[in-house]
Amino acid sequence: MKQLRTAALVFLAVVLLASLLAGVIAPAPYDFQFRESFNAACSTRHLLGTDALGRDRFSRVLFGTRVSLLLAPAAALISTVLAALIGGAAGYFGGRLQKVLMSATDLSMAMPWLFLLITVRAMLPLNTEPAVSVVITFGLLGLLGWPAAARVVCADAAKLIESDFILHARAMGCSEVRLFCRQLLPNLKPVLTAQFWISIPVFILAEANLGILGLGVVEPLPSWGGLLQELQSLALVTGRPWQFASVILLIATVTCFHIVIQREKAES
Amino acid sequence: MSSWPVDIDTSPSRTLQLSEVDEVGRYCHLGAFHRSRTVAFARRFGLFVIGYCARLFAMLLIGGFLCATLVRLSPGYGVSEEELDSRLNAESRQALRDRASDQGLTAFYVGYWVRLLHGDLGTARSLRAPIEELIRERSRETLTSAGLGLLIGWALGLPLAIATVMTRSAAIKVSANVLASIMLCVPAGVLALLCIIWQAPGRLVLGLVVFPKVFEYARKLLARSAAMPHVITAVAKGLSPYRIIFWHIVPPALPQLIALGGISMSLVFAAAIPVEVVCDIPGLGQLAWMAALGRDLNLLVVISLMLTGVTLLANSFADAFGNRKPMEAA
Repeated sequence: MKQLRTAALVFLAVVLLASLLAGVIAPAPYDFQFRESFNAACSTRHLLGTDALGRDRFSRVLFGTRVSLLLAPAAALISTVLAALIGGAAGYFGGRLQKVLMSATDLSMAMPWLFLLITVRAMLPLNTEPAVSVVITFGLLGLLGWPAAARVVCADAAKLIESDFILHARAMGCSEVRLFCRQLLPNLKPVLTAQFWISIPVFILAEANLGILGLGVVEPLPSWGGLLQELQSLALVTGRPWQFASVILLIATVTCFHIVIQREKAES
Repeated sequence: MSSWPVDIDTSPSRTLQLSEVDEVGRYCHLGAFHRSRTVAFARRFGLFVIGYCARLFAMLLIGGFLCATLVRLSPGYGVSEEELDSRLNAESRQALRDRASDQGLTAFYVGYWVRLLHGDLGTARSLRAPIEELIRERSRETLTSAGLGLLIGWALGLPLAIATVMTRSAAIKVSANVLASIMLCVPAGVLALLCIIWQAPGRLVLGLVVFPKVFEYARKLLARSAAMPHVITAVAKGLSPYRIIFWHIVPPALPQLIALGGISMSLVFAAAIPVEVVCDIPGLGQLAWMAALGRDLNLLVVISLMLTGVTLLANSFADAFGNRKPMEAA
């Protein structure tokens, strides 16, 4: 298991490094159109062929990986911070506040978040800049993804509040805010780290689903979701297995995240 | 009084024995006790149901408000596609902008609920049809898909989880885990695409989306039950595996498994959009997508609110008969 985890971490590191060095490795910018070769097969010039607009698919996969791999953790960070604050406060203060916050969590969990996401995403101005669309898409994912994590954090905080060190700190006259920030939150770190790792593949998959629907990151900026959209034209996909490169990379990356998560979960 | 438990002989010829008096007193007391307990239980149950319904309604109201707020405050709200028409002059554009803007969030939301309470869901601007009609036409398709998805997901996930907990074969454990992990790592839209390529029914995807979650949680819950001392004793006493599973392992995990049923409902609805869009299934997911592309706010809010209500109801049932807390630990 340890070797598998190491292999997963190495794979993730290689993919991340390749995406960060996309500007150096990629043979062309992600939006450059080779007007003489549309839908080209894979060759030494175009490792994964070109798309319907003549853009080099390998370059787009590299740049798309950068977008998805950098912004999914950012969204996960937003949702983990929200979960820490909401779940931590609910577990720490208990009573009515816990009831209210957990009711809000229940409500957020019951809301069909993908419906909400496409609703808000659809309301974006028609001339939204690609960079803005990326920030909004992943920002929304982060803002809507906290409820499940908050429940777990709340349960953990409620357990921690009964522990001896909290009792000692309180007996020594530690203020509630200090107790929450200096004693409780640092001790929630393992569970928060696990929630952070768990959220990353969830957000990657959510962005992929949004991309397939055409409501993800705006063209010409590539993302894994946007790259999957071209698979919908089945006539082009048949007999061109290299078009599945982005899918395979996505599945492999998410699988590696899950392998890492198993360990994080076990540690938390 | 007709169902009095003891026939009392009150004739003067018979003197009541002390023990009989005691017994009668006890039964009188027990009868009154049972009646008062039944009344108290009925009162408590009634209050619980009323409280639960009120909470559900309040949550629906707040949920709808949040939903409308998100939409109302989202950038681009009130911007019409017609404004991009280059033939229009500045005055026409301003007129379009004025037409699209409303009186504010609260007025918008209150007006929306007033219309809703009068049974008027409004008209879908993008599809030029009454929303009620559109939802009636398409909800059957989505509910069928969701039902089938839940059935397939549970039919695959639960037996595999039981097999993984009960068996000692590493091959079964590894293959079940690998299968669940693969399903967990593939986006629902890609699964739908693969279904089209392999000419498999698209509804299967909803089951494949639910399956890994059911498997993962059920396996952990059942494994925890299987490690309990009474199960170890039962195994040591040589009870049949069937009896151990259904009498000793599943019952302690049942409340959490029921709660998992409620959660899997929201999973199915979330996966319904990409699956219905890719597989061209005329359901609510596809309707929501069409509304999103057509920037039809009214239709989107109605669909979101409706699905929130259904999910809340399913979760309430699951909470009433099950228990979600230990599941979070799993």
